[in-house]
Amino acid sequence: MSSLTMRPCGDFRTSYKQDNTIFETSTIRNIAIIAIALLCAAPYLVDAYYLTLFIQISYLGIAALGLNILVGYTGQISLGHGAFFGFGAFASAWMNVSFGIPVVFCIPLAGFLTMGVGMVFGLPASRIKGLYLAIATLAAQFILEDFFARADWFSGGSAGSSADPISLFGFAFDTDESFFYVALFALVFMYIWGCNLMRSREGRAFIAVRDHYLSAEIMGIKLNKYRLLSFGVSSFYAGIGGALYAHYLGYVSAEGFTLFMSIQFLAMIIIGGLGSVKGTLMGVVFMVFLPEVLEGGVGLMKMTEWGNIPMVVDGLAYIKEMAIGLVIILFLIFEPEGMAHRWAQIKNYWKFYPFSY
Amino acid sequence: MNFELLTQLIVNGLIVGLLYGVVGMCFVLVYKSTQIVNFAQGEFLLIGAWVCWALLIYLELPFIVGFLLTMAFMAVFGVMLQMIVLRPMIGEPIISVIMVTIGLSIFFQALMKWIFGVSAQSFPKVFETESIQILGLHIETAYLMSTVIALIIMVAFYLFFKHSKYGLAMRATAFDQQIAQSLGISVKQVFAMSWGIAATVSATAGVVIAMVSGVSNSLSIIGIKVFPAVILGGLDSIIGAIVGGLIIGVLENVAEFFDSQYLHVGNMYDIAPFYVLLIILWFKPYGLFGTKDIERI
Repeated sequence: MSSLTMRPCGDFRTSYKQDNTIFETSTIRNIAIIAIALLCAAPYLVDAYYLTLFIQISYLGIAALGLNILVGYTGQISLGHGAFFGFGAFASAWMNVSFGIPVVFCIPLAGFLTMGVGMVFGLPASRIKGLYLAIATLAAQFILEDFFARADWFSGGSAGSSADPISLFGFAFDTDESFFYVALFALVFMYIWGCNLMRSREGRAFIAVRDHYLSAEIMGIKLNKYRLLSFGVSSFYAGIGGALYAHYLGYVSAEGFTLFMSIQFLAMIIIGGLGSVKGTLMGVVFMVFLPEVLEGGVGLMKMTEWGNIPMVVDGLAYIKEMAIGLVIILFLIFEPEGMAHRWAQIKNYWKFYPFSY
Repeated sequence: MNFELLTQLIVNGLIVGLLYGVVGMCFVLVYKSTQIVNFAQGEFLLIGAWVCWALLIYLELPFIVGFLLTMAFMAVFGVMLQMIVLRPMIGEPIISVIMVTIGLSIFFQALMKWIFGVSAQSFPKVFETESIQILGLHIETAYLMSTVIALIIMVAFYLFFKHSKYGLAMRATAFDQQIAQSLGISVKQVFAMSWGIAATVSATAGVVIAMVSGVSNSLSIIGIKVFPAVILGGLDSIIGAIVGGLIIGVLENVAEFFDSQYLHVGNMYDIAPFYVLLIILWFKPYGLFGTKDIERI
């Protein structure tokens, strides 16, 4: 059967292959292709400021997808994702500077190195779960942060370390416009890879472990193996995201990769929707734009004559932090399944409009 | 080897460890009765300390009045927090509940920074003498007071849970919520009460620590340092929390001692408990006194 253009009301799939497609209908696939094509033209159309935001979305989005594979699909909890992101950044810069490996190879290598570290810290995951795991990864966060500050040979200590821009065949991607394409390619590649992973045997095993680990084990899924693998994949994504970040900024310092960053990653996937690839991207976009919108709002307020309250204008940094905390709480109370769920509901509403019952 | 310094550090560790034990006890209390891991425990200390500081500085109240007012405020605060934010979360998966408390922690930390600024403020002097000598050891008066307060809190906990009606209701709820409910215990009330107690008692610890080292945002780190202590003792054991707190308190000071004398790695004071935490989780995930989770199919 050829692929559908619109989704019917109800489940009419007749083969396993149909159930397993990346895009549900050909319309969605075409929209995705057009969107990517439009994005390719973005450097010529939009302001440079929006390009930096997009680049931010892409490297954070890659790392957040990794966390969603671990938390949303496998049901493990990690509070150390920010540290793994940082490890990827430092590892890539370190290999580039100390061994002179070209940056193009450094990025995947950094991914694999981070994967190794993530699996070491994920080892207790084969024995413990839930809460205890959350606390074990919290320990990983602090230990790695301490390691960044101390290991001069690896991270440059408190001085930080520099990283070269990505270059391919003598062409250096060192401007925002050129790096945009690298970021776009990496984002699309990693997301398609993530979608494909979730369609494979491993992906289904992850979901089985999340839904009921005892049943999964009875069906012959090795719990230890898949929990550890999930940690590995998640750290790999974090490492790739971190490496892109390092080579984009050209400089990595040890201060940025705190517990707060890990929490921001968790916030992204919770706001977007646990266990949803599309939702991950929505959550990342939301979290990147939230501070910008707040800043814009306060900026507008400052222009009106009554709105120039010094407390608000000076405390903008704290208001941004508070907003992140508040958004997490509000989403969990009012929309625990995230934006992906809300999006599905909106689509359903219009599909049956005006007969929504 | 400098024995004098080592004993001094061990004594300090015991005193600080006792405070970790008190905070850990609150943590375990909330976990046992409501099955919520409270990542916002450190913010209770922070808010309590700041409120007490503001009462003493701006309203110029005598210490004891300000202290009691702070405790009353924190009790109401804890109950309100449970009612407004955590009641809708009953029955949600662990990750959601953890994230809500993390969200609360970020929110209140930023709020405190916004209201009171980021720089550390020192508490007004409460005692005439800064420190006294006991058996040749310098002990700060505030620490001595903290030890007394911590011991009082522990005895009060014991009496409350052993002999009072409400304590019994809380233990019943911790044992089995449905059975407790069918026996006429208001589980909602128990939940609110446990948050109120946890907030109040943590705030006491916060005020005591702030008296020694000043009020600043770093107080909330205690809420994270409590994790190694409660995991070591077992997440659902009150005795375990006290023992774990003492061990972690001594351990960080001893680690600091060996670091400054021999190893010179630096920062051992903050990081050693987390290495211990990982090792415990590797070999004895349910801690020293925790109940082992056995699942039947």
